Amino acid sequence: MSGSDDLNRSAAVNWALITYVVLAYAFVFAPIAASFVFSFNSDRFPSIPLGEFSLDWYRAVAQDPLVWEGARNTLVVGVVVGLVSTALGFGAAYTDYRYTFFGKQVYLALALLPPTIPVIILGLAMLAYLSRVNLSGNALSVIISHVVVCAPFAMAIIRLRLSQMDPALEPAAWNLGASEWKAMRHVIVPFTMPAILGALFITMAVSFDEFAVAWFVSGLNETLPVKVLGFLQGQVSPRINAIGSFVFILSMTLVILAQLLLSGRSAQTAEKE
Amino acid sequence: MRRPITLYGLTFSLPLLLWQILFFVFPLVFLVALSFWTVKNFTMRPDFDVVNWTTMFSRGVFWQSYFTTLALAAAASVLTSVLAFPAAYAIAFKLSDTARRWAVFLMVIPFFTSYLVRIYSWQIFLSDNGIINVILGWIGLGPFQMLNTVGGTMIGYLTLSFPLVVLLQLFSLVFIDRTLIEAAHNMRCGRIRTVFEVIIPSGRTGLVIAGLFCFILSFGDFVSPVYLGGGEPTTLSILITDTTKSGQQWPRAAVIALTMIGTLLIVAFAAVKFAYKGKSK
Repeated sequence: MSGSDDLNRSAAVNWALITYVVLAYAFVFAPIAASFVFSFNSDRFPSIPLGEFSLDWYRAVAQDPLVWEGARNTLVVGVVVGLVSTALGFGAAYTDYRYTFFGKQVYLALALLPPTIPVIILGLAMLAYLSRVNLSGNALSVIISHVVVCAPFAMAIIRLRLSQMDPALEPAAWNLGASEWKAMRHVIVPFTMPAILGALFITMAVSFDEFAVAWFVSGLNETLPVKVLGFLQGQVSPRINAIGSFVFILSMTLVILAQLLLSGRSAQTAEKE
Repeated sequence: MRRPITLYGLTFSLPLLLWQILFFVFPLVFLVALSFWTVKNFTMRPDFDVVNWTTMFSRGVFWQSYFTTLALAAAASVLTSVLAFPAAYAIAFKLSDTARRWAVFLMVIPFFTSYLVRIYSWQIFLSDNGIINVILGWIGLGPFQMLNTVGGTMIGYLTLSFPLVVLLQLFSLVFIDRTLIEAAHNMRCGRIRTVFEVIIPSGRTGLVIAGLFCFILSFGDFVSPVYLGGGEPTTLSILITDTTKSGQQWPRAAVIALTMIGTLLIVAFAAVKFAYKGKSK
Protein backbone atom coordinates (compact mmCIF):
# COMPACT_ATOMS: atom_id res chain seq x y z
CA MET A 1 0.00 0.00 0.00
CA SER A 2 2.61 2.45 1.05
CA GLY A 3 4.60 1.41 -2.02
CA SER A 4 1.91 2.52 -4.46
CA ASP A 5 1.47 5.73 -2.46
CA ASP A 6 5.15 6.46 -2.97
CA LEU A 7 4.78 5.76 -6.65
CA ASN A 8 1.80 8.08 -7.02
CA ARG A 9 3.51 10.82 -5.14
CA SER A 10 6.66 10.61 -7.19
CA ALA A 11 4.63 10.54 -10.42
CA ALA A 12 2.87 13.71 -9.28
CA VAL A 13 6.18 15.34 -8.42
CA ASN A 14 7.59 14.37 -11.80
CA TRP A 15 4.62 15.91 -13.57
CA ALA A 16 4.96 19.07 -11.52
CA LEU A 17 8.65 19.29 -12.41
CA ILE A 18 8.04 18.72 -16.12
CA THR A 19 5.29 21.37 -16.08
CA TYR A 20 7.75 23.72 -14.42
CA VAL A 21 10.31 23.09 -17.17
CA VAL A 22 7.68 23.84 -19.82
CA LEU A 23 6.80 27.09 -18.03
CA ALA A 24 10.47 28.02 -17.81
CA TYR A 25 10.86 27.56 -21.56
CA ALA A 26 7.65 29.52 -22.12
CA PHE A 27 9.17 32.41 -20.15
CA VAL A 28 12.38 32.26 -22.18
CA PHE A 29 10.63 32.04 -25.56
CA ALA A 30 7.67 34.35 -24.91
CA PRO A 31 9.53 37.53 -25.90
CA ILE A 32 11.16 35.86 -28.91
CA ALA A 33 7.86 34.48 -30.19
CA ALA A 34 5.97 37.71 -29.48
CA SER A 35 8.51 39.76 -31.39
CA PHE A 36 8.05 37.43 -34.34
CA VAL A 37 4.24 37.54 -34.23
CA PHE A 38 3.98 41.28 -33.74
CA SER A 39 6.39 42.00 -36.57
CA PHE A 40 3.49 40.97 -38.87
CA ASN A 41 0.88 42.92 -36.95
CA SER A 42 -0.48 46.25 -38.16
CA ASP A 43 -0.95 48.01 -34.79
CA ARG A 44 1.30 50.88 -33.84
CA PHE A 45 1.03 49.95 -30.16
CA PRO A 46 1.10 46.17 -30.18
CA SER A 47 -1.11 44.19 -27.82
CA ILE A 48 -3.88 41.61 -28.06
CA PRO A 49 -6.28 41.15 -29.74
CA LEU A 50 -4.06 41.18 -32.80
CA GLY A 51 -4.67 43.70 -35.56
CA GLU A 52 -4.46 42.77 -39.21
CA PHE A 53 -1.69 40.86 -40.85
CA SER A 54 0.67 43.34 -42.44
CA LEU A 55 4.16 43.68 -43.79
CA ASP A 56 4.19 47.42 -43.06
CA TRP A 57 6.98 47.23 -40.49
CA TYR A 58 9.19 45.25 -42.82
CA ARG A 59 8.42 47.77 -45.55
CA ALA A 60 9.21 50.69 -43.21
CA VAL A 61 12.49 49.06 -42.27
CA ALA A 62 13.38 48.22 -45.86
CA GLN A 63 12.74 51.82 -46.94
CA ASP A 64 14.87 53.34 -44.19
CA PRO A 65 18.30 54.12 -45.68
CA LEU A 66 19.77 54.39 -42.18
CA VAL A 67 18.75 50.81 -41.44
CA TRP A 68 20.44 49.65 -44.63
CA GLU A 69 23.56 51.53 -43.69
CA GLY A 70 23.44 49.96 -40.24
CA ALA A 71 22.96 46.52 -41.76
CA ARG A 72 25.93 47.08 -44.06
CA ASN A 73 28.11 48.19 -41.13
CA THR A 74 26.97 45.21 -39.06
CA LEU A 75 27.78 42.81 -41.87
CA VAL A 76 31.22 44.27 -42.61
CA VAL A 77 32.08 44.43 -38.91
CA GLY A 78 30.73 40.93 -38.26
CA VAL A 79 32.66 39.28 -41.09
CA VAL A 80 35.96 40.98 -40.22
CA VAL A 81 35.47 40.31 -36.50
CA GLY A 82 34.68 36.65 -37.24
CA LEU A 83 37.82 36.19 -39.35
CA VAL A 84 40.19 38.02 -37.00
CA SER A 85 38.77 36.51 -33.78
CA THR A 86 38.91 33.01 -35.22
CA ALA A 87 42.52 33.45 -36.36
CA LEU A 88 43.59 34.87 -32.98
CA GLY A 89 41.53 32.28 -31.10
CA PHE A 90 43.04 29.46 -33.11
CA GLY A 91 46.55 30.65 -32.29
CA ALA A 92 45.75 30.88 -28.59
CA ALA A 93 44.03 27.49 -28.53
CA TYR A 94 47.00 25.87 -30.25
CA THR A 95 49.39 27.62 -27.86
CA ASP A 96 47.47 26.27 -24.88
CA TYR A 97 47.30 22.81 -26.47
CA ARG A 98 50.97 22.48 -27.29
CA TYR A 99 53.12 24.67 -25.07
CA THR A 100 53.79 25.04 -21.38
CA PHE A 101 55.63 28.17 -20.42
CA PHE A 102 56.21 30.61 -17.59
CA GLY A 103 53.20 32.91 -17.22
CA LYS A 104 50.79 30.65 -19.07
CA GLN A 105 48.09 31.34 -16.47
CA VAL A 106 48.31 35.05 -17.24
CA TYR A 107 48.22 34.31 -20.96
CA LEU A 108 45.07 32.21 -20.56
CA ALA A 109 43.46 34.82 -18.33
CA LEU A 110 44.02 37.45 -21.03
CA ALA A 111 42.67 35.04 -23.62
CA LEU A 112 39.48 34.20 -21.73
CA LEU A 113 38.58 37.05 -19.32
CA PRO A 114 37.24 39.85 -21.56
CA PRO A 115 33.65 38.54 -21.82
CA THR A 116 33.29 38.65 -18.03
CA ILE A 117 33.91 42.42 -17.87
CA PRO A 118 30.56 44.25 -18.02
CA VAL A 119 30.12 45.62 -21.54
CA ILE A 120 29.31 49.06 -20.24
CA ILE A 121 32.71 49.33 -18.55
CA LEU A 122 34.46 47.88 -21.57
CA GLY A 123 32.57 50.36 -23.76
CA LEU A 124 33.69 53.33 -21.68
CA ALA A 125 37.30 52.12 -21.48
CA MET A 126 37.37 51.48 -25.23
CA LEU A 127 35.84 54.85 -26.06
CA ALA A 128 38.28 56.74 -23.85
CA TYR A 129 41.34 54.79 -25.02
CA LEU A 130 40.52 54.60 -28.73
CA SER A 131 39.65 58.27 -28.97
CA ARG A 132 43.01 59.00 -27.32
CA VAL A 133 44.84 57.11 -30.07
CA ASN A 134 42.52 58.56 -32.74
CA LEU A 135 40.77 55.33 -33.57
CA SER A 136 37.29 56.00 -32.24
CA GLY A 137 34.08 56.82 -34.04
CA ASN A 138 34.43 54.49 -36.98
CA ALA A 139 33.82 50.92 -38.01
CA LEU A 140 37.43 50.03 -37.20
CA SER A 141 36.90 50.89 -33.53
CA VAL A 142 33.89 48.58 -33.38
CA ILE A 143 35.92 45.82 -35.02
CA ILE A 144 38.79 46.27 -32.56
CA SER A 145 36.55 46.09 -29.50
CA HIS A 146 34.41 43.23 -30.80
CA VAL A 147 37.49 41.10 -31.45
CA VAL A 148 38.50 41.59 -27.81
CA VAL A 149 35.16 40.13 -26.73
CA CYS A 150 34.80 37.48 -29.47
CA ALA A 151 38.30 35.96 -29.63
CA PRO A 152 37.82 34.15 -26.28
CA PHE A 153 34.74 32.34 -27.67
CA ALA A 154 36.72 31.21 -30.72
CA MET A 155 39.58 30.09 -28.51
CA ALA A 156 37.27 28.03 -26.28
CA ILE A 157 35.54 26.31 -29.22
CA ILE A 158 38.78 25.42 -31.03
CA ARG A 159 40.53 24.36 -27.80
CA LEU A 160 37.71 21.92 -27.15
CA ARG A 161 38.23 20.34 -30.55
CA LEU A 162 42.00 20.12 -30.06
CA SER A 163 41.46 18.23 -26.83
CA GLN A 164 39.65 15.55 -28.83
CA MET A 165 42.72 15.02 -30.99
CA ASP A 166 45.11 12.15 -30.36
CA PRO A 167 48.17 13.94 -28.92
CA ALA A 168 50.46 11.50 -30.78
CA LEU A 169 49.18 12.64 -34.16
CA GLU A 170 51.34 15.75 -34.51
CA PRO A 171 54.60 14.13 -33.29
CA ALA A 172 53.89 11.25 -35.69
CA ALA A 173 53.81 13.70 -38.59
CA TRP A 174 57.15 15.19 -37.45
CA ASN A 175 58.69 11.72 -37.22
CA LEU A 176 57.60 11.06 -40.76
CA GLY A 177 59.63 14.06 -41.81
CA ALA A 178 57.02 16.83 -41.86
CA SER A 179 58.20 20.23 -40.72
CA GLU A 180 56.20 21.97 -37.97
CA TRP A 181 54.52 24.13 -40.59
CA LYS A 182 53.64 21.15 -42.75
CA ALA A 183 52.23 19.23 -39.76
CA MET A 184 50.15 22.28 -38.94
CA ARG A 185 48.80 22.48 -42.48
CA HIS A 186 48.15 18.80 -43.05
CA VAL A 187 47.28 17.54 -39.56
CA ILE A 188 46.13 20.22 -37.13
CA VAL A 189 44.18 22.50 -39.48
CA PRO A 190 42.19 19.72 -41.20
CA PHE A 191 41.36 18.15 -37.85
CA THR A 192 40.15 21.41 -36.30
CA MET A 193 38.43 22.69 -39.46
CA PRO A 194 34.86 22.08 -38.22
CA ALA A 195 35.66 23.95 -35.00
CA ILE A 196 37.33 26.74 -36.98
CA LEU A 197 34.20 27.20 -39.10
CA GLY A 198 32.00 26.85 -36.02
CA ALA A 199 34.02 29.53 -34.24
CA LEU A 200 33.78 31.75 -37.32
CA PHE A 201 29.97 31.60 -37.35
CA ILE A 202 29.54 31.89 -33.59
CA THR A 203 31.81 34.93 -33.32
CA MET A 204 29.98 36.54 -36.24
CA ALA A 205 26.67 35.90 -34.49
CA VAL A 206 28.00 37.40 -31.24
CA SER A 207 29.19 40.49 -33.09
CA PHE A 208 25.84 40.85 -34.91
CA ASP A 209 24.00 41.17 -31.60
CA GLU A 210 26.45 43.22 -29.58
CA PHE A 211 25.14 46.73 -29.02
CA ALA A 212 26.62 48.23 -25.84
CA VAL A 213 30.29 48.47 -26.73
CA ALA A 214 29.35 49.32 -30.33
CA TRP A 215 27.09 52.09 -29.02
CA PHE A 216 29.96 53.67 -27.11
CA VAL A 217 32.62 53.51 -29.79
CA SER A 218 30.80 53.56 -33.13
CA GLY A 219 30.16 57.30 -33.41
CA LEU A 220 28.30 57.94 -36.65
CA ASN A 221 28.99 54.49 -38.10
CA GLU A 222 26.24 52.80 -36.15
CA THR A 223 25.68 49.09 -36.46
CA LEU A 224 22.18 47.65 -36.66
CA PRO A 225 21.85 46.80 -32.93
CA VAL A 226 22.89 50.35 -32.07
CA LYS A 227 20.16 51.53 -34.43
CA VAL A 228 17.69 49.33 -32.57
CA LEU A 229 18.81 50.95 -29.32
CA GLY A 230 18.02 54.27 -30.98
CA PHE A 231 14.53 53.07 -31.93
CA LEU A 232 14.04 51.94 -28.36
CA GLN A 233 15.04 55.38 -27.05
CA GLY A 234 13.03 57.37 -29.52
CA GLN A 235 9.75 56.60 -31.17
CA VAL A 236 9.06 53.16 -29.75
CA SER A 237 8.01 51.25 -32.79
CA PRO A 238 7.27 47.72 -33.95
CA ARG A 239 10.07 48.20 -36.47
CA ILE A 240 12.24 46.72 -33.75
CA ASN A 241 10.27 43.48 -34.15
CA ALA A 242 10.84 43.42 -37.88
CA ILE A 243 14.58 44.02 -37.53
CA GLY A 244 14.77 41.58 -34.63
CA SER A 245 13.02 38.78 -36.52
CA PHE A 246 15.24 39.33 -39.53
CA VAL A 247 18.46 39.30 -37.50
CA PHE A 248 17.19 36.30 -35.51
CA ILE A 249 16.77 34.25 -38.67
CA LEU A 250 20.24 35.30 -39.83
CA SER A 251 21.91 34.46 -36.49
CA MET A 252 20.08 31.15 -36.17
CA THR A 253 21.17 30.15 -39.67
CA LEU A 254 24.77 30.79 -38.65
CA VAL A 255 24.40 28.91 -35.36
CA ILE A 256 22.70 25.90 -36.95
CA LEU A 257 25.39 25.83 -39.65
CA ALA A 258 28.01 25.87 -36.92
CA GLN A 259 26.19 23.17 -35.00
CA LEU A 260 25.92 20.93 -38.07
CA LEU A 261 29.61 21.39 -38.80
CA LEU A 262 30.65 20.69 -35.22
CA SER A 263 28.49 17.61 -34.69
CA GLY A 264 28.57 16.22 -38.25
CA ARG A 265 32.33 16.17 -38.55
CA SER A 266 33.00 14.77 -35.10
CA ALA A 267 30.48 12.00 -35.78
CA GLN A 268 32.40 11.22 -38.97
CA THR A 269 35.72 10.96 -37.17
CA ALA A 270 34.10 8.87 -34.47
CA GLU A 271 32.93 6.46 -37.15
CA LYS A 272 36.38 6.22 -38.65
CA GLU A 273 37.95 5.32 -35.32
CA MET B 1 59.93 19.65 -21.12
CA ARG B 2 61.13 23.08 -22.16
CA ARG B 3 61.28 23.91 -25.82
CA PRO B 4 63.19 26.87 -27.17
CA ILE B 5 61.11 29.79 -28.34
CA THR B 6 60.66 29.44 -32.08
CA LEU B 7 59.31 31.65 -34.80
CA TYR B 8 56.72 28.96 -35.40
CA GLY B 9 55.42 29.04 -31.83
CA LEU B 10 55.38 32.83 -31.67
CA THR B 11 53.37 33.07 -34.89
CA PHE B 12 50.49 31.38 -33.12
CA SER B 13 50.77 32.65 -29.57
CA LEU B 14 51.77 36.28 -30.05
CA PRO B 15 48.89 37.81 -32.09
CA LEU B 16 46.22 37.26 -29.45
CA LEU B 17 48.58 38.32 -26.66
CA LEU B 18 49.41 41.57 -28.45
CA TRP B 19 45.78 42.26 -29.33
CA GLN B 20 44.55 41.73 -25.77
CA ILE B 21 47.38 43.81 -24.30
CA LEU B 22 46.85 46.65 -26.78
CA PHE B 23 43.07 46.68 -26.80
CA PHE B 24 42.02 45.11 -23.49
CA VAL B 25 44.69 45.73 -20.85
CA PHE B 26 45.68 49.19 -22.06
CA PRO B 27 42.10 50.56 -22.17
CA LEU B 28 41.48 49.32 -18.62
CA VAL B 29 44.78 50.78 -17.40
CA PHE B 30 43.99 54.00 -19.23
CA LEU B 31 40.66 54.09 -17.38
CA VAL B 32 42.62 54.28 -14.12
CA ALA B 33 44.74 57.16 -15.44
CA LEU B 34 41.65 58.89 -16.81
CA SER B 35 40.00 58.89 -13.41
CA PHE B 36 42.71 61.34 -12.23
CA TRP B 37 42.35 63.74 -15.14
CA THR B 38 40.59 67.06 -14.78
CA VAL B 39 37.92 68.71 -16.88
CA LYS B 40 38.08 72.44 -17.46
CA ASN B 41 35.85 74.35 -19.88
CA PHE B 42 34.49 71.09 -21.24
CA THR B 43 37.90 69.77 -22.24
CA MET B 44 39.79 67.01 -20.51
CA ARG B 45 43.43 67.42 -19.67
CA PRO B 46 45.93 64.94 -18.30
CA ASP B 47 46.47 65.57 -14.63
CA PHE B 48 46.95 63.83 -11.35
CA ASP B 49 44.11 65.05 -9.24
CA VAL B 50 41.90 63.03 -6.92
CA VAL B 51 39.07 65.53 -7.42
CA ASN B 52 36.91 63.10 -9.44
CA TRP B 53 37.15 60.48 -6.75
CA THR B 54 36.36 62.89 -3.93
CA THR B 55 33.46 64.51 -5.84
CA MET B 56 31.85 61.20 -6.73
CA PHE B 57 32.39 59.61 -3.33
CA SER B 58 31.00 62.58 -1.47
CA ARG B 59 27.75 62.54 -3.45
CA GLY B 60 24.75 60.96 -1.80
CA VAL B 61 23.28 60.07 -5.18
CA PHE B 62 26.37 58.01 -6.05
CA TRP B 63 26.17 55.89 -2.91
CA GLN B 64 22.43 55.59 -3.26
CA SER B 65 22.78 54.13 -6.77
CA TYR B 66 25.72 52.04 -5.60
CA PHE B 67 23.70 50.26 -2.94
CA THR B 68 20.61 50.10 -5.16
CA THR B 69 22.64 48.37 -7.87
CA LEU B 70 24.23 46.04 -5.34
CA ALA B 71 20.83 45.12 -3.88
CA LEU B 72 19.20 44.66 -7.30
CA ALA B 73 22.03 42.46 -8.58
CA ALA B 74 22.05 40.38 -5.40
CA ALA B 75 18.27 39.98 -5.54
CA ALA B 76 18.49 39.01 -9.21
CA SER B 77 21.13 36.35 -8.48
CA VAL B 78 19.09 34.80 -5.69
CA LEU B 79 15.81 34.99 -7.61
CA THR B 80 17.30 33.62 -10.83
CA SER B 81 19.15 30.81 -9.03
CA VAL B 82 16.04 29.78 -7.10
CA LEU B 83 13.79 29.89 -10.17
CA ALA B 84 16.32 28.14 -12.38
CA PHE B 85 17.12 25.31 -10.00
CA PRO B 86 13.90 23.24 -10.34
CA ALA B 87 14.20 23.52 -14.12
CA ALA B 88 17.87 22.48 -14.13
CA TYR B 89 17.07 19.69 -11.66
CA ALA B 90 14.24 18.34 -13.81
CA ILE B 91 16.28 18.53 -17.01
CA ALA B 92 19.21 16.78 -15.34
CA PHE B 93 17.33 13.98 -13.61
CA LYS B 94 13.90 13.59 -15.20
CA LEU B 95 14.50 13.79 -18.94
CA SER B 96 15.82 11.17 -21.34
CA ASP B 97 19.20 11.78 -22.98
CA THR B 98 17.60 12.88 -26.24
CA ALA B 99 15.15 15.22 -24.50
CA ARG B 100 18.01 16.66 -22.46
CA ARG B 101 20.03 17.38 -25.60
CA TRP B 102 17.04 19.23 -27.07
CA ALA B 103 16.55 21.12 -23.83
CA VAL B 104 20.16 22.30 -23.92
CA PHE B 105 19.90 23.26 -27.59
CA LEU B 106 16.74 25.29 -26.94
CA MET B 107 18.32 27.05 -23.95
CA VAL B 108 21.22 28.13 -26.17
CA ILE B 109 18.97 29.86 -28.72
CA PRO B 110 18.31 32.98 -26.58
CA PHE B 111 22.05 33.77 -26.65
CA PHE B 112 21.72 34.40 -30.37
CA THR B 113 18.68 36.63 -30.23
CA SER B 114 19.04 40.30 -29.61
CA TYR B 115 18.67 41.17 -25.94
CA LEU B 116 17.29 44.58 -26.97
CA VAL B 117 14.57 43.00 -29.07
CA ARG B 118 13.55 40.72 -26.21
CA ILE B 119 13.37 43.68 -23.83
CA TYR B 120 11.21 45.62 -26.28
CA SER B 121 9.05 42.52 -26.55
CA TRP B 122 8.58 42.46 -22.79
CA GLN B 123 7.28 46.01 -23.03
CA ILE B 124 4.48 44.61 -25.20
CA PHE B 125 3.63 42.14 -22.43
CA LEU B 126 4.00 44.44 -19.45
CA SER B 127 2.67 47.83 -20.54
CA ASP B 128 -0.60 49.20 -19.13
CA ASN B 129 -2.52 48.07 -22.23
CA GLY B 130 -0.20 45.15 -22.82
CA ILE B 131 -0.90 41.47 -23.25
CA ILE B 132 -0.84 40.54 -19.57
CA ASN B 133 -3.16 43.35 -18.50
CA VAL B 134 -5.59 42.53 -21.32
CA ILE B 135 -5.73 38.91 -20.21
CA LEU B 136 -6.14 39.94 -16.58
CA GLY B 137 -8.90 42.29 -17.71
CA TRP B 138 -10.86 39.35 -19.12
CA ILE B 139 -11.17 37.90 -15.64
CA GLY B 140 -11.88 41.32 -14.16
CA LEU B 141 -8.47 42.10 -12.67
CA GLY B 142 -6.11 44.99 -13.03
CA PRO B 143 -4.81 46.85 -14.84
CA PHE B 144 -1.59 46.66 -12.87
CA GLN B 145 1.40 48.81 -13.49
CA MET B 146 4.24 46.45 -14.37
CA LEU B 147 6.32 48.52 -16.73
CA ASN B 148 8.62 51.07 -15.08
CA THR B 149 8.72 49.21 -11.80
CA VAL B 150 11.45 47.30 -9.99
CA GLY B 151 9.53 44.14 -10.89
CA GLY B 152 9.95 45.07 -14.55
CA THR B 153 13.69 45.46 -14.04
CA MET B 154 13.78 42.00 -12.44
CA ILE B 155 12.02 40.45 -15.43
CA GLY B 156 14.68 42.05 -17.59
CA TYR B 157 17.49 40.63 -15.44
CA LEU B 158 15.81 37.21 -15.61
CA THR B 159 15.63 37.50 -19.40
CA LEU B 160 19.32 38.32 -19.43
CA SER B 161 20.66 35.55 -17.22
CA PHE B 162 18.04 32.81 -16.74
CA PRO B 163 19.20 30.70 -19.74
CA LEU B 164 22.86 30.94 -18.71
CA VAL B 165 22.10 30.08 -15.08
CA VAL B 166 19.98 27.06 -16.07
CA LEU B 167 22.77 25.78 -18.33
CA LEU B 168 25.51 26.27 -15.74
CA GLN B 169 23.41 24.63 -13.01
CA LEU B 170 22.55 21.82 -15.38
CA PHE B 171 26.21 21.10 -16.14
CA SER B 172 27.04 20.91 -12.46
CA LEU B 173 24.05 18.63 -11.72
CA VAL B 174 24.76 16.27 -14.62
CA PHE B 175 28.22 15.54 -13.24
CA ILE B 176 27.01 14.64 -9.74
CA ASP B 177 27.81 11.05 -8.89
CA ARG B 178 24.47 9.24 -9.24
CA THR B 179 25.49 6.59 -6.72
CA LEU B 180 25.46 9.28 -4.02
CA ILE B 181 21.80 9.96 -4.74
CA GLU B 182 20.93 6.27 -4.83
CA ALA B 183 22.76 5.76 -1.55
CA ALA B 184 20.71 8.54 0.01
CA HIS B 185 17.50 6.97 -1.28
CA ASN B 186 18.52 3.54 -0.04
CA MET B 187 19.03 4.98 3.39
CA ARG B 188 15.46 6.29 3.24
CA CYS B 189 16.47 9.88 2.84
CA GLY B 190 13.42 11.77 1.57
CA ARG B 191 13.31 13.46 -1.81
CA ILE B 192 13.47 17.02 -0.53
CA ARG B 193 16.13 16.14 2.01
CA THR B 194 18.19 14.48 -0.73
CA VAL B 195 18.04 17.70 -2.73
CA PHE B 196 19.20 19.86 0.15
CA GLU B 197 21.69 17.52 1.79
CA VAL B 198 23.17 15.64 -1.17
CA ILE B 199 22.51 17.35 -4.49
CA ILE B 200 22.98 21.02 -3.58
CA PRO B 201 26.19 20.42 -1.59
CA SER B 202 27.67 18.24 -4.37
CA GLY B 203 26.78 20.73 -7.08
CA ARG B 204 27.75 23.74 -4.98
CA THR B 205 30.64 24.88 -7.16
CA GLY B 206 28.54 25.13 -10.30
CA LEU B 207 25.52 26.59 -8.51
CA VAL B 208 27.58 29.38 -6.93
CA ILE B 209 29.39 30.14 -10.21
CA ALA B 210 26.00 30.33 -11.97
CA GLY B 211 24.77 32.83 -9.36
CA LEU B 212 28.01 34.81 -9.74
CA PHE B 213 27.51 35.13 -13.50
CA CYS B 214 23.97 36.37 -12.91
CA PHE B 215 25.35 38.94 -10.47
CA ILE B 216 27.99 40.15 -12.94
CA LEU B 217 25.49 40.42 -15.80
CA SER B 218 22.80 42.21 -13.77
CA PHE B 219 25.30 44.51 -12.06
CA GLY B 220 26.47 45.93 -15.38
CA ASP B 221 23.24 45.90 -17.37
CA PHE B 222 21.74 49.25 -18.31
CA VAL B 223 18.99 48.10 -20.67
CA SER B 224 16.56 46.51 -18.20
CA PRO B 225 16.69 49.26 -15.57
CA VAL B 226 16.05 51.88 -18.27
CA TYR B 227 13.53 50.25 -20.60
CA LEU B 228 11.63 48.03 -18.15
CA GLY B 229 12.40 49.82 -14.88
CA GLY B 230 11.84 53.32 -16.25
CA GLY B 231 15.25 54.55 -15.10
CA GLU B 232 14.10 54.68 -11.48
CA PRO B 233 15.89 53.97 -9.21
CA THR B 234 19.14 55.01 -10.91
CA THR B 235 21.67 52.22 -11.18
CA LEU B 236 25.42 52.64 -11.62
CA SER B 237 25.16 51.56 -15.24
CA ILE B 238 22.64 54.35 -15.92
CA LEU B 239 24.91 56.76 -14.09
CA ILE B 240 27.84 55.75 -16.34
CA THR B 241 25.93 56.18 -19.60
CA ASP B 242 24.50 59.53 -18.46
CA THR B 243 27.88 60.80 -17.31
CA THR B 244 29.61 59.63 -20.50
CA LYS B 245 27.03 60.59 -23.08
CA SER B 246 26.04 63.98 -21.72
CA GLY B 247 28.94 66.34 -21.30
CA GLN B 248 32.62 65.64 -21.09
CA GLN B 249 32.66 64.04 -17.69
CA TRP B 250 34.52 60.91 -18.74
CA PRO B 251 36.89 61.04 -15.73
CA ARG B 252 33.89 60.80 -13.39
CA ALA B 253 32.44 57.95 -15.43
CA ALA B 254 35.82 56.26 -15.07
CA VAL B 255 35.54 56.56 -11.29
CA ILE B 256 32.14 54.83 -11.40
CA ALA B 257 33.47 52.12 -13.73
CA LEU B 258 36.49 51.43 -11.54
CA THR B 259 34.32 51.26 -8.43
CA MET B 260 32.17 48.71 -10.25
CA ILE B 261 35.20 46.65 -11.28
CA GLY B 262 36.50 46.72 -7.71
CA THR B 263 33.14 45.59 -6.36
CA LEU B 264 32.86 42.82 -8.94
CA LEU B 265 36.38 41.59 -8.13
CA ILE B 266 35.54 41.39 -4.41
CA VAL B 267 32.24 39.61 -5.08
CA ALA B 268 33.83 37.22 -7.60
CA PHE B 269 36.71 36.44 -5.26
CA ALA B 270 34.37 35.74 -2.34
CA ALA B 271 32.05 33.63 -4.49
CA VAL B 272 34.87 31.54 -5.97
CA LYS B 273 36.37 31.06 -2.53
CA PHE B 274 33.02 29.88 -1.21
CA ALA B 275 32.40 27.70 -4.27
CA TYR B 276 35.66 25.79 -3.84
CA LYS B 277 35.69 25.82 -0.03
CA GLY B 278 36.84 22.45 1.29
CA LYS B 279 37.72 21.18 -2.18
CA SER B 280 41.49 21.21 -2.01
CA LYS B 281 42.27 19.63 -5.33
